[in-house]
Amino acid sequence: MSTAPDFRTRLQDWLPKLVLAPSFAVTLLFVYGFIAFTVLLSFTGSKMLPSYNFVGWLNYQKLWALPAWNTAIVNIAIFASLYIIICTAVGLALAIFLDQKIRGEGVLRPIYLYPMALSFIVTGTAWKWFLDPGIGLEKVMHLWGWESFSFTWIKDGDMAIYTIVIAAVWQTSGFVMAMFLAGLRGIDNEILKAAQIDGASNWQLYRRIVIPLLRPAFLSAFVILSHLAIKSYDLVVALTGGGPGRATEMPATFMYSYTFTRNQMGIGASSAVIMLMTIAAIMVPYLYAELKEKK
Amino acid sequence: MAAVTQDTAVSMGRIARVFIYLLLLLFALFYLLPLYVMGINSVKPLAEITGGNMMALPQVWTLDPWRSAWSTAQIGVEPTGLKPYFLNSILMVVPAVAISTIVGALNGYVLTKWRFRGDTWVFGLMLFSCFIPFQIVLIPMAMVLGKLGLAGTVPGLVLVHVVYGIGFTTLYFRNYYAAFPTELVRAAQIDGAGFFQIFWRILLPVSGPIAVVSVIWQFTNIWNDFLFGASFGGTSQPMTVALNNLVQSSTGVKEYNVHFAGAILAALPTLFVYFVAGRYFVRGLMAGSVKG
Repeated sequence: MSTAPDFRTRLQDWLPKLVLAPSFAVTLLFVYGFIAFTVLLSFTGSKMLPSYNFVGWLNYQKLWALPAWNTAIVNIAIFASLYIIICTAVGLALAIFLDQKIRGEGVLRPIYLYPMALSFIVTGTAWKWFLDPGIGLEKVMHLWGWESFSFTWIKDGDMAIYTIVIAAVWQTSGFVMAMFLAGLRGIDNEILKAAQIDGASNWQLYRRIVIPLLRPAFLSAFVILSHLAIKSYDLVVALTGGGPGRATEMPATFMYSYTFTRNQMGIGASSAVIMLMTIAAIMVPYLYAELKEKK
Repeated sequence: MAAVTQDTAVSMGRIARVFIYLLLLLFALFYLLPLYVMGINSVKPLAEITGGNMMALPQVWTLDPWRSAWSTAQIGVEPTGLKPYFLNSILMVVPAVAISTIVGALNGYVLTKWRFRGDTWVFGLMLFSCFIPFQIVLIPMAMVLGKLGLAGTVPGLVLVHVVYGIGFTTLYFRNYYAAFPTELVRAAQIDGAGFFQIFWRILLPVSGPIAVVSVIWQFTNIWNDFLFGASFGGTSQPMTVALNNLVQSSTGVKEYNVHFAGAILAALPTLFVYFVAGRYFVRGLMAGSVKG
């Protein structure tokens, strides 16, 4: 008896773990190690380069006292809530309407969904000029004879944040539509027919039966949209550049400018930690529930 | 999306149907408008944009803006056009997509057919990494890339995209392979087939659809990425960053037509993929909500 087959069997036992190990190691280092390092930096007085003089909670105190950060927080609250609500409403409405045996569904569906294939930079570029009063929508309306038409949101510090909502809804509402449509197509028609025989109106049917059955789709949409909203960086950069002034500052743009252009790495790190904690508060329970179900 | 449209149980009146069609068409217009505006204004001379109507068809058709955007427009300080950046994006996207898809397939295989204690935790930790705000890793990533001598290079960007892409690709393949009968794998094992043999002979041949989903999703994501490109691109910036530099440049006359042509150039590869393989694109988006 030689030990060779023994070694082979043992190798076969270990092989799966060996194959998975590099990915897991990379994740531990580049994700969790990096998170730990950024958390560590957020407690240091790092400026342009990382330093290790610990300053306690000072960065967090400074952060919450900064007007720019407060603007960013107000903006993300406005943006995220409007974005999620409008996307869900538009997506649900389109899905329900498309589900009415619509002729040309095969043409309409890809039209609603194609913006999702674009980069936020492209979306931002397109909408930036479309909303520009000098060459875009306002000018077109004037040329078409509606002289009093005015749409200057993108130049208006109080309204510019809503232009980001418009562009973001344009980009992702079709995707939410696709999610709801898949949910609708998965509902058993017998339930609906039975309810109809019992004399339920269309409105009641949707309100009482269909929409409650779509709960998983609502949850998925909420999770994906909120995570997209908090990460939104490119769209702001391309559409308003954070302006006019600093009117459309968001946590993501704030983090970038404080860390890399203003050389306040400690404060930048602490803002990143806040962003992570917000997303984790939404994602961790969701992922936990999803993975537990699967077992 | 269901391939077979079922009978809709709920039916509506005639007026309601007219209203629905109108609304659906209105939304189609809303989604198409920016593309239309970009398209027609990219083939107009600049004077027609600044002096005319954004919605009107060109009076003089010209491809000059496209030529300019591709090869002569000022990007940053160099009048190179977008061509070199397009190339950067391709050089970055192809290896990043290939590596992350292959690694994801192997991971999914191990996580479903060679389960071990704690495998759900391993997967959970990898999965969460898809959803972190990347701001949290920007600073250490910049330091590590610097140390490795990869800062500002295409290989550096490939590394970044592979590292933060394997969570998603693993998710795709794991959910897909979970539905594949494990008995077949066990039977092959009893017949003496090894780990890689089983993967190669039994699982890989049925992996076509999910591989397409993974490739499309990774391609779209990596091509469209801006944050990593802007942070770590250096002299090897991808297309999105170059487009932004072109559009935001504050010097000289704003050549809107060139900007539009550039934006369409940046969008073409992903749009092409979307229109050729839209069905898989939708599946990838759905799988992104964790449920396979």
